[in-house]
Amino acid sequence: MSDLKTETPVSGPRIGESAPRPDGVPKVNGSFAFSSDLWHKNMLWGGTLRSPFPSARITRLDITEALLIDGVQAVLTHEDVPGQNLYGLEHADQPVMAEEIIRYEGEPVAIVAADHPEIVRRALNAIQVEYEEMAPLTDPELAEETDFIHPDGNLIRRINLRHGDQEVQGEIQVEGIYEVGMQDQAFLGPESGLAVPGEDGGVDLYISTQWLHADRSQVASCLGLEEERVRITLAGVGGAFGAREDLSLHVHLCMLAMRTNRAVKMIYSREESFHGHVHRHPAKMWYRHHADSKGNLLRVEAKVLLDGGAYASSSGAVIANATCFAAGPYRIPSADIEGVVVRTNNPPCGAMRGFGAVQTCVGHEAQMDKLARALNMDPVEIRIKNALKPGDKLLTGQTITGTAPVAEVIQTCAEHTSTCQESTDPMSLPGGAGRTADPEHISRGEAIAVGFKNLMFSEGFDDFSSALCQLENGVATITCACAEVGQGFVTLAQQITREILGVEEVILAPAATQTVGSAGSTSASRQTWMSGGAVQKACEEVRVKLLEKLAVEHQVDIDNLVLVDGQVTSLNEDFTISLEEATSEPLEARVEYRHAPTFPLDENGQGDAHVSFAFSAHKAVVDVDPELGLVKVVELITSQDVGRLLNPLQAVGQLEGGAAQGLGLAVMEEVLVTEGNIRNASFTDYLIPTALDMPPVEIAAIIEQPEPGAPFGAKGIGEPPSISSTAAVVAAIREATNLELPRVPVRFTDIVSVEED
Amino acid sequence: MSNDFYTLKVNGENHQVLDAWTGESLLWVLRERLGFPGAKNACEEGECGSCSVRIDEEIVCSCLVLAGSAIDQEITTIEGLAPEGELGDVQQAFIEAGAVQCGFCTPGLLVTIDHLLEENQNPDDLTVREAISGNLCRCTGYGRILEAVQIAAASRRGENHE
Repeated sequence: MSDLKTETPVSGPRIGESAPRPDGVPKVNGSFAFSSDLWHKNMLWGGTLRSPFPSARITRLDITEALLIDGVQAVLTHEDVPGQNLYGLEHADQPVMAEEIIRYEGEPVAIVAADHPEIVRRALNAIQVEYEEMAPLTDPELAEETDFIHPDGNLIRRINLRHGDQEVQGEIQVEGIYEVGMQDQAFLGPESGLAVPGEDGGVDLYISTQWLHADRSQVASCLGLEEERVRITLAGVGGAFGAREDLSLHVHLCMLAMRTNRAVKMIYSREESFHGHVHRHPAKMWYRHHADSKGNLLRVEAKVLLDGGAYASSSGAVIANATCFAAGPYRIPSADIEGVVVRTNNPPCGAMRGFGAVQTCVGHEAQMDKLARALNMDPVEIRIKNALKPGDKLLTGQTITGTAPVAEVIQTCAEHTSTCQESTDPMSLPGGAGRTADPEHISRGEAIAVGFKNLMFSEGFDDFSSALCQLENGVATITCACAEVGQGFVTLAQQITREILGVEEVILAPAATQTVGSAGSTSASRQTWMSGGAVQKACEEVRVKLLEKLAVEHQVDIDNLVLVDGQVTSLNEDFTISLEEATSEPLEARVEYRHAPTFPLDENGQGDAHVSFAFSAHKAVVDVDPELGLVKVVELITSQDVGRLLNPLQAVGQLEGGAAQGLGLAVMEEVLVTEGNIRNASFTDYLIPTALDMPPVEIAAIIEQPEPGAPFGAKGIGEPPSISSTAAVVAAIREATNLELPRVPVRFTDIVSVEED
Repeated sequence: MSNDFYTLKVNGENHQVLDAWTGESLLWVLRERLGFPGAKNACEEGECGSCSVRIDEEIVCSCLVLAGSAIDQEITTIEGLAPEGELGDVQQAFIEAGAVQCGFCTPGLLVTIDHLLEENQNPDDLTVREAISGNLCRCTGYGRILEAVQIAAASRRGENHE
């Protein structure tokens, strides 16, 4: 078994400081074991045969030839799935392998284990499948009137949100239709993992994931095993961004390992990865905003349609966000929002950073700019005028009881003066390395956008995290199943532990299902709050146990004991003992941490469905060559609401990285799907921003207003940077071109007028 | 398959590649045969730079290089960037600047930047951006990476003055 070097002890800074990552050294010297780096003695390689058609019926499936190939150890189909041949995050509606009906291009049909990847490829080619192609359902607008493509129907979820007086009409009304293309998370570490058969008839799985325990319950159900016999350990994760919340190769690997009784490793190619995980939902949105002549928002009407693709994944929660946050962080007394997500034969869509709020931000921010123009108002002024503040109601009727520095993020971002120069070097002009733009033709545009979303899980979900803290000989060991996917939870866990226990050395045990309860998903900007909260609570309990023990043993006043710098000291008595000595006998606490309860939305989309909210604003500066349709984003400025800053350096990394993904969606990233087939499943054809595409990100302000109820007052910070950045960039392009540009990503053909004969 | 072998010189040491199919990429041979998993496999078609290694004086995508064609050349991987147990200046700067998140792009970037700074110890922002434009990073937005390059460049200039 390859060693996972994620538990390097590092002494050092507490919360509020830029502590270094505990996994930094192994990540820079090449020794960090990602899930694709795992190795096991005598292991086999696995592979997956996928459907080339988005909609088809399997009329013949013959594995005989593949089994005859020397070195092939197993070829399995749906008939070999030991348990339920269905899984899913919200509803089990997706087969481990197709039984008869193919519902999307890339749906798994058979799996192979063999001695070498080349033999795997030959075996996959030797499996004979005959398909009867069917017409795919690819237009989400037709989904509800088309014959069911799945026994569960073509409607995944509809929410009709109605808030306030439905008769309100505004003196000023603006309307628009907007579209968002399908974005890929494009994490760099491809899906990969290693399954090892257990002696108890169970299986050990080492894998990249966002939520170990949700994987376990789905895998166990598909394998027909008790959960205890499926042990899942987090392997090094090469980014996630939502794409690892659903199962991919988990059940396949376990089935192959259990059938062959050997360890099996599998790695998706990049092309397979595009078919092997869910994407960000493409959206079509209609809006009508009503305002009075002074620019006060009175009412918003909207219809948001998301294409869920073939299987439900987390679509139900994504459309809830898209509906609840459809109008942005503004105070609006009346609303009628219809949110719908449907099933089609397009690639399945699910979680991606921003989770429904990214798409609607493109719509509501374009509307705010339209409204400003109709009223001849400054776009910043109209936003600040209508900005949500604590005590205001959301469209769901929920009152914001926590912090909501919306006006602050807008104001600070708008006031921050751009430091970027006029472009001179051809390399920094639109078109970049192509050196095609003419400096004389370049038009510069600048615009602002603001967005928000909920933190943590909503709508009454029992959302919790678990942690175990052990303190022995002055060393703390934290066990938590929180998936470290690059965001830096491992750093925060150490900082929190040092803060509470006054220890220097904090060991982080591997994240695994068999040692600790669920931490919930690394998603929804929730782990700083949830697993941070669990670690805090576990450490607090150990601290209290230690102080109670010392107070009794040494007859000192417990209220005056403090833990700091590896010692327990009394503030008013002559008593000091080293933590090492005081914990020669181990102390431990195992806890579950929950956020305040939330409640379901009622039939009008009303209810206290969310816990807390985070806000961000972006200002984008772009250069456009309108004749060539080329865009260069020259600067991004941002302000963000963070509650309290726990690690400044890591926070900057989230703000910059999230903005890059937002820029990508604005100008270059789209999974192109034609008749259900992905046309650009590679990094050659699906472009993500390079260092030449990505401008400097200026942080105008990090707004620290501690959030009531949040551990240390800190809000999650991962998603907001991806929400308002896209909207800001496209708005700046509109400013530079005077074009409507209702769709992202903005393509060069959207800018260059193509004359039709 | 055959019983022949060829020899690759990786990080200053010779390694025999036994019974190898000659169509294997250098990335595969490094990762799966010779025990150098530091070079990564994010796209395996020469777009992402996660598999970057140095062959003599050139940075290459090892996924696009036939392993057999690298015979008699000096191959340097992330594992050879600093002596065992030590960190080089660029590696140290990456940690200091917060340039590491998930870390999957990190080895390729480090090999690329180390090479850049060997040729140019005072690169301006655009030069650095161009030099690393073949290395995709999905986590950082490049800001901390660019900062790390400048920290390492300053440190390298300092060393030369000594």
